[in-house]
Amino acid sequence: MSFGPHLFLALLEGTVSAFVLALTALGLSLVFGVMRIVNVAHGEFFMLGAVLAWFCASLVGTPVAGFLFALIAAPLIVGALALAADRLVLRRIDYHPEGTIVATIGLLYIIQQAVLTLYGPEARPVTPPVYFILSFPWFGYSGYKLVVAAISACLLAATWWLLARTKLGLYMRAAQQDLEMAQAFGVPARRVYAMVFALGAMLAAVAGVLVVPIQQAHYLMGLDPLLLSFIVVILGGLGSVKGTVVAAFVVGISDGVVSVFFSPTLAKIVATLLVAAVLVVRPGGLFGEDRA
Amino acid sequence: MSEERKGQGFSRRRTLGTLGSLAGAALLPGSPAFAQAPKGRPIRIGFQVHRTGIGAVYGRWYERTTTAAAKLINEMGGIAGRPVEIVAEDDGTDPKRGPEVVEKLARQHKVDFVYGTLFSHVVIASAPRAGELKIPYFVVSEGYHVASGKLNRYVFQPGITDVRAQVTAMSSWITGKLGKKVTMIFPDYAFGYDHRDFFSQAVAKRGGTVLEKLAIPPTESSFTKYFARVPAETEVLYHVMVGPGVLTFVKEMGEHFGKKRPQIFGFIDSLEGVDIASPGLDFLDGTYFWEAFPRYAEGAQSAHAKNYRKLVGVNDAGVSLADPKDVSTFSHMFGCWETLYVIKQAVEKSGYKDPSPKDYRALIEYLESVKSFPESAEHPQGAKMFNGRLHQCYGHQYVSKVENRRLKVVHRTKIEDSLYDPEADYTKQAL
Repeated sequence: MSFGPHLFLALLEGTVSAFVLALTALGLSLVFGVMRIVNVAHGEFFMLGAVLAWFCASLVGTPVAGFLFALIAAPLIVGALALAADRLVLRRIDYHPEGTIVATIGLLYIIQQAVLTLYGPEARPVTPPVYFILSFPWFGYSGYKLVVAAISACLLAATWWLLARTKLGLYMRAAQQDLEMAQAFGVPARRVYAMVFALGAMLAAVAGVLVVPIQQAHYLMGLDPLLLSFIVVILGGLGSVKGTVVAAFVVGISDGVVSVFFSPTLAKIVATLLVAAVLVVRPGGLFGEDRA
Repeated sequence: MSEERKGQGFSRRRTLGTLGSLAGAALLPGSPAFAQAPKGRPIRIGFQVHRTGIGAVYGRWYERTTTAAAKLINEMGGIAGRPVEIVAEDDGTDPKRGPEVVEKLARQHKVDFVYGTLFSHVVIASAPRAGELKIPYFVVSEGYHVASGKLNRYVFQPGITDVRAQVTAMSSWITGKLGKKVTMIFPDYAFGYDHRDFFSQAVAKRGGTVLEKLAIPPTESSFTKYFARVPAETEVLYHVMVGPGVLTFVKEMGEHFGKKRPQIFGFIDSLEGVDIASPGLDFLDGTYFWEAFPRYAEGAQSAHAKNYRKLVGVNDAGVSLADPKDVSTFSHMFGCWETLYVIKQAVEKSGYKDPSPKDYRALIEYLESVKSFPESAEHPQGAKMFNGRLHQCYGHQYVSKVENRRLKVVHRTKIEDSLYDPEADYTKQAL
């Protein structure tokens, strides 16, 4: 393939993965930004979304109905599970930063093993709701991948709207900036925390639903998005929504280009080096708050 | 699965007849015409199985095949009149866990033999432990690691051919029928490297060239980026893939190349456990696959093969009788069946009684003297040659073409087509 089409394919791949990554990483970033905790089980919420999408698809007859059903049901179920985890685990250890890391590692294993037990070790495919191939002169490309990018963009916009324009978003931003002051002004901190944790999980789950017709649902699929989300969130600055989205595009597109032209392993190396380099120059990340 | 299989008196009796000739009347107590219930201390076979992890689909079918074979062996009088007992332990397809499982089976469960490992990186990690524990280790893995001499004298692969033999047998067909400029796509670990190294060698010998070698990690979930690196002048795309992403792999191959595809030759590994008629795989019509044992019955349906299908619970399309969505790993799992029968033959012929150094020596030396296994109920895939110095068997291979979304056998190799110059001699190693 000559350079032009090669680059075009790389950018296409990069853009699609950047959108999905932005969605997943945004959930992780919100949880850290507002609650100041690191959720190691975040990738498992992504995996749960994918697995639930498979269940939804097998319950409903047509791919389109199954997909729409999954798009609504899977995040709701995962959100409810996250609420329960918040109530039963995180709240009890008072969102202690180190404690939550250990607790969410435990949660990771519980979710992973529960899925292994109930759903099994197989990778199961889900038929995409729309399937068409865009035939460029040099190569073909799955049209559904572009649908994924479009839906992700809408969901990112909706999340931004939620944060910037709603009362819950205001509460969240207030809690992020200064928790004590926010509480003094009557922000119900516990409820906000629970909502943020659920929202973060739902974003990951919805990304899982979108990705499953491309990838297949498998109980170990949560690891890659977790690692990439961490890279994105650290690069963008922990807790910064703008930073997360920008970093997702930097990582996603550089990953796409490097993996198409060289090798996917090199792409991961580059992403990790990028994080290291940014942390040396700007310890708070690209858009991190200055917490001197 | 291994549920009830009543009403197979005819085939049982026939199988028994074959067994009688194999085992000899002295080893089967009682009348040779009717099997007695096995008695005495069971022969315990430790089964290192990939129930979870990236090998889970294979593991499921390896376990079903093993259960079916063990059940039949017990119904037919056991091994040397003793019942056979399978002690299964999951290794998560994890090379770190593999040696621990071997150790657990040997030390804790006190099994007579360890058996059944598939994924080559797990085999390579586990085999040294079996050697240290001095317990015979029967793998069903395909990798060249056994025949290469890299492992040890306790490791045998008597039930399935190795990758080097497979690609040696395939290379002349591919270069002769499909083209000489090949691009290879293979999984990025030991098994894939066997494909890469031995296929490139074999192709070069036949005047072909490998234009590009693309290694893909078996945990990968997105593949389009790799296809972009397939050179335009490629005449044959050679693919072999494993792991949870295989369906995505083949689908994205179709999306990427569309109608302008080169000739495509794949190893069935890329679609083991996957329905050929899955949505998005239409483009496969007219492409070719290597198979060890044809998934569709019309490819190779001896009476033995037919009976084997019934006992392991798959239909004429290689799909589970219990669940029409559950496609078997037909080109691999027969290795479990055949290996269990090799263990049975070795125990009976060598006079093995207990897990003692003396009995193990007798069993290993007996197996090393074996030259062939005839096509039979015990070896339903077909006749095999066995090289006692390499601890490896050699058998027939198949090329199948995808037609109307089914696999149709177009070529069957001779056993000799897969032979190569031996590089090792385990019989020289001390026990």
